[in-house]
Amino acid sequence: MSIVLAQATSDGGHATPAAGHNVEVPLPSQHAQVDVPLHGGSGSESLFPPFDVNAFPSHLFWLAIAFGILFFFVNRLVVPKVGGIIEDRRDRIASDLGEASRLARETDEVIAAYESELATARHNAYAIAQERREAIKAEQARQQAETEATLAARIAEAETEIAARRDAALADVTTIAVEATQEIVGLLSKAPASAKEAEAAVKKAEAKNV
Amino acid sequence: MATEGGGLDPIHQFEVKPLIDIDVGGVDLSFTNVSLFMLVATALTIALMLLPTNRRALVPGRWQNVAELAYEFSGNMLRSSAGAGGMRFFPLVFSLFMFVLIANLLGMFPYFYTITSQLIVTFALAMVVILTVVIAGLRMHGLSFFGVFVPSGVPAYIVPLVSAIEVISFLSRPISLSVRLFANMLAGHIMLKVFAAFVVSMSAFGAVGVIGAVLPLGMTLAITALEFLVAGLQAYVFAVLTCIYLNDAVHPHH
Repeated sequence: MSIVLAQATSDGGHATPAAGHNVEVPLPSQHAQVDVPLHGGSGSESLFPPFDVNAFPSHLFWLAIAFGILFFFVNRLVVPKVGGIIEDRRDRIASDLGEASRLARETDEVIAAYESELATARHNAYAIAQERREAIKAEQARQQAETEATLAARIAEAETEIAARRDAALADVTTIAVEATQEIVGLLSKAPASAKEAEAAVKKAEAKNV
Repeated sequence: MATEGGGLDPIHQFEVKPLIDIDVGGVDLSFTNVSLFMLVATALTIALMLLPTNRRALVPGRWQNVAELAYEFSGNMLRSSAGAGGMRFFPLVFSLFMFVLIANLLGMFPYFYTITSQLIVTFALAMVVILTVVIAGLRMHGLSFFGVFVPSGVPAYIVPLVSAIEVISFLSRPISLSVRLFANMLAGHIMLKVFAAFVVSMSAFGAVGVIGAVLPLGMTLAITALEFLVAGLQAYVFAVLTCIYLNDAVHPHH
């Protein structure tokens, strides 16, 4: 269904038709033999614009320019720029997440170190307290023993003293008794008793009393 | 969807108007309203991607988020279809997706030209895809790229038949890819204009007409919403199919 389009001869402002410049295009038959409508003006009957072959070179030319510019900008500027932004963000998020997990790990390590330190300190404190307690206990025991020893020594000393005093006193008592016996005997009888006799008598009496 | 000077003619919105006449060796390369909106789509896409990302913020703002979403959306689309090896085509896929998307959405503004309603435009974009597939496939895999036409696990006696079907389906790809986008945008905008024209012509019949015009007005509203959906969806479909076709260049043996 291809027909030969008449070139624009009636339209004044149009290109001079070159020989053999006719174009074959598929067109609905009712549109056969239509004059060029690209320049609008005179055409009372106009070709359906999407099938207007005369406008095709212009469309193709300007599409090539427009799409070429777009492709150039997209290829050279948009893709590196927007792609770079998205890439940067992805990297940033990844590195931030890495940093966060590193910090979390560090925190865990610090907490573990702190806890082990705390356990050691607690253990040490207990040991020191225990040691102190034992030292104090030992010191107390030593002091107690010392005091007791001192006291025992003084008690023994005192007892010795007491015994000595008592012996002395007892000895004095005997002497006094002997003297008293002699006196009494001298007062009662004219013959005073000798010291020996008095002594013997006192000893006899002591033995009886005991 | 423009309701400008052309009255109620639904085709008028697709009219190509030269803004600057350019003639190179008998070939008309005039700068037209179509060309203008191509450049607008390009400028908008570049501005959308570059301006909000100037701060390179670690925590993106609203517009930087839009730019990054578009970027990652196309990136994921390509990676899931063509794998990591397909990421070398990312600039192409991203450019196509954004160009078609912005062009489709621009068309939703009244008086703006919908460049994807020009068959030659969508066909050229589709050819860019197919030529990229063929050239990259041949460069990466040499002649074994043609293994794409011989599915594995097919009994030998039906390989010629299957291969013939594969070749035909391969050749029809640029047509289906371009016609799908073109037809969707064209039909949607015509439908929109037709319903909007109903509103205008019915309200010319006095009070009854105005009341009756409520119905097409509601339709116009609903179709406008639908067209926004179609604009995004067709850009997505175009980009997804591009990714799937590029997968053939990366992994020709399927």
